[in-house]
Parts: sequence; C-alpha cells; structure tokens
Amino acid sequence: MIKPRAWLPTPLLSILLLIVWLLLVRSAALGHILLGGVLGIVIPLVTRRFWDAQPHVKKPWLLLRFVLRVLKDIIIANLEVAWLIINPWRRMRPAFIEYPLMLEERFPITLLANTISLTPGTVSANLRMDGKSLLIHALDVGDEEALIKEIHERYERPIKEIYEC
Amino acid sequence: MTHFVILEGVIAFFLIAGGAFAFIGSLGLAHLRDFYMRLHGPTKSTTIGIGCILIASMLYFWVTEGKPDIQEMLITLFLFITAPVTAHLLAKTGLHLRLPHVDKTRGRPVELRREEVGEKPVPHPDKGHG
Repeated sequence: MIKPRAWLPTPLLSILLLIVWLLLVRSAALGHILLGGVLGIVIPLVTRRFWDAQPHVKKPWLLLRFVLRVLKDIIIANLEVAWLIINPWRRMRPAFIEYPLMLEERFPITLLANTISLTPGTVSANLRMDGKSLLIHALDVGDEEALIKEIHERYERPIKEIYEC
Repeated sequence: MTHFVILEGVIAFFLIAGGAFAFIGSLGLAHLRDFYMRLHGPTKSTTIGIGCILIASMLYFWVTEGKPDIQEMLITLFLFITAPVTAHLLAKTGLHLRLPHVDKTRGRPVELRREEVGEKPVPHPDKGHG
C-alpha cells in the first residue's frame, strides 16, 4: 500500500491540472476526466524535482476566500489606476516602500509578491537577498505606514493563516 | 426578442469597457513619467481590459452557440499568473540598471545606491543553504 502523500504530493495542483485539461479539450467525457486525472497525478510527480518544497495548504476554504477578496481588489485597483492615468489634474505621489516580511517560506512570499503586484497601485520590485523585506513601488500613496498596515492585514495575515507557517 | 437586445447591450458594454481599459493601460505605458510608474499601466489596467473582452466573448458564443464555453477563462488564469512575475522581473531589472525615477518619488531604496543588501540568499527549504 503506497501512502497518498507519496503519489499525490500536491492535491490542489493535481485538481488544478485536471480542470485545466478539461477546459483545454472542451469536454467533460469520462475518458477525458480519467486522462486528466492521470495527467494531474503524473505531471507533479515528474516535475517535482524542479519545484521548491511547498508548504501544505492547511485551510483550503480560507484560500478560496482569499482568492475572491483578491479578485475584488484587482477590479478596484484597476479602476483606481485607470483613473490616475486619465485624470489630467492628478498629482501622483509615487514612492518606494520597504515592506517588512513576516512570512518566511519561499512559496508564500511569492504568492504575496504576486498579489501585491496585481492590487492597489503597487508593484513588488525586489525581494531582498536576506528574504526579510520586499521593496514595493507604489504609484500614488499618501501614508506609507497605512499602506504597509493594509497589506499586512489584508494579504499577508490570510496567507500566513492558510499555510500556518 | 427583447432579451437578445439586452444581451447584445451587455456584450457591447463589456467589449467597450475592455477596449477602454486596455487603451488606458497602454496610454499609461506611453506617457507616465518614469520607468517604475510606467510598469503600473500594463500590470493592472490591461489585465481587467483583457478580462472584460473575454467575458464579452464568452457571452457572445454562449448566446450564438447555445452552450456555455468557459475555456477562455484559461487565458485569464494564465494572465494572472504571468503578469505579476513579468512586472517583478522588469522592476528588478530597472533597479539593477539603476534607471532614474522622478524626483518626487519618496523613499530611497538601497538598491539604487548599493548592489544588494544582506550576505546570504533566502534559505532554500530543500537544501538549507544559507
């Protein structure tokens, strides 16, 4: 008896691959579900050596809530940035901000950096070599402390909870 | 009959909104003042622009062919995965080349003064170097 952990190291990735496969072939026939399932199991196993060891998702439902929240924020961020670009009377206040990281592992940090890039007027510019702070460029920021606090409360804490690291 | 008209309106709305957002994003890319600010246009507005156009496309084919087709969601997914990574790499390159930024930018990152801070890289969970 092989343990599930051995042949299914990343269940979420496998499910995602299955869904992507079904969408690519545009069919939900039994054969394709089986084939997608096999691909979902085999691809992570074969490519495992290239991946960083990922912390396991402890609370998938929190992940879902986080994704929905980020989607909402992306739409708001888009409207804000679009308005900043077309508003002729704008006075942008760009800033480089150092964001002190609370997360320690690589994968959650990547997730956080990507979230920051997609949301409110900020692009993550550089992860410091010591992995303790992230340099962010913001397009228009009034209060840097408030922005850091917002990112911390809104994104970093949920990610930390999801991975419990 | 009427509900086709309404659907047409919705599809047209998404198409126009998508086009407008993509245009604004590109406009930002063209006329913002420095490299780092220009990065914001394509990472954000363009994402929602493409999103709107894809929604319109999905709705259109749903109406004309009669069955829902969510394959195009994949484009959004791939875009969401690749856009921030591209932006991050571009910003990193900009810092590395020490591209100038507008004077009113607050914050003076050490990257623009020195090469890199800290001696050791982020510890790798597998190998534990560093």
